[in-house]
Amino acid sequence: MIGAFVIAFREVIEAGLIIGIVLAATRGIAGRGRWIGLGVLGGLAGAALVALFAETISDAFEGAGQEILNAGVLIVAVLMLIWHNTWMAKHGRELAGELRAAGEAVRTGQSTAAGLALVVGAAILREGAELVLFLYGLVASGTSGPDIQFGALAGVAVGAATSSVSYFGLAAIPTRYVFSVTSGLIVLLAAGLAAQAAQFLTNAGLITVLDRPLWNTSAILREDSLVGRVLHALVGYTDRPSGMQVLVYLGTILVMVALMQVSSAGKRRQLRAA
Amino acid sequence: MAVLRRILACALAGGLLAASAARAEDLPVIKVEMKDGTITPNVIEVPANTRFKLEITNTGTSPVEFESVELKREKALAAGATSSIVFRTVDPGSYDVFDDFHPNSKATLVAK
Repeated sequence: MIGAFVIAFREVIEAGLIIGIVLAATRGIAGRGRWIGLGVLGGLAGAALVALFAETISDAFEGAGQEILNAGVLIVAVLMLIWHNTWMAKHGRELAGELRAAGEAVRTGQSTAAGLALVVGAAILREGAELVLFLYGLVASGTSGPDIQFGALAGVAVGAATSSVSYFGLAAIPTRYVFSVTSGLIVLLAAGLAAQAAQFLTNAGLITVLDRPLWNTSAILREDSLVGRVLHALVGYTDRPSGMQVLVYLGTILVMVALMQVSSAGKRRQLRAA
Repeated sequence: MAVLRRILACALAGGLLAASAARAEDLPVIKVEMKDGTITPNVIEVPANTRFKLEITNTGTSPVEFESVELKREKALAAGATSSIVFRTVDPGSYDVFDDFHPNSKATLVAK
């Protein structure tokens, strides 16, 4: 029972933490609840489909189908996070209520909320496919005892509750600072996801350079420990990063920070001209 | 949407490229059986520095997930399912593998 609990809990928080950050980052955007809800539903439906067609997907592209699908899903999520942060650099202060002219933010906020709905969907699709297989196998097939089924379902519930604590923690940050914090978290999240995508493309054989580990910190923090997994989900921690992963990680941070600078500088010029 | 379509197109093109470069018939297949927390064989011998396919079958009644943190690979399998992981190249050495859905299971993958 404990085993089933831990496994379900772990899989849920990996996606749940990402949803918590996205919810905090979209505070003040009208209709975001609907978009995030759509992302959750879409992600669950996608996860069920991936679990159902797991064998077909694996066999596609000479056995690299799963890796290519994962990389594709991650790259979409990274692009949406880059877009959101660039947009936030321009409109964050309006949403925080510091500026009166929130008109443009209200108009274009819908599309960035839709973009983040894709991020939520992608997170659930990736983590959820495993969870669906696990839960379906244990709970629905009826081959395991009731204590294991209870453990798995309790794991889902406690995982969801823990994830919501991360959201309320972020929501408790004063409005003035919350978007600086979420923007920072999103930069690290996007860099981590981009590095994971790079590894999937390496596994698929599409990237063949810089594939050796640069360092090994597994003696300090194992990636498959609970803390390691949480950090993996949040900031892309990996105990043996390849050269390509480090390069992609740093490159993503650089690109995001540069775009945010350009975007917020543009906003200041616009305000002076007005 | 345009961005999404471009990404899909890139992934597709890349996949086809990889597919055309690979020849399925000369790919060594190593079979692994997973059953409710046991991994057979317990020492999985694979060729080093070459492409090979690990064909994993879940013969138990519970779902399993073949995983190696060192090799950065994982594959979840429902009861009764068979699926494979294609490795492009593995350095000679020994690597820990485990079943992520059965916390106490362990095996070793040895490449030589």
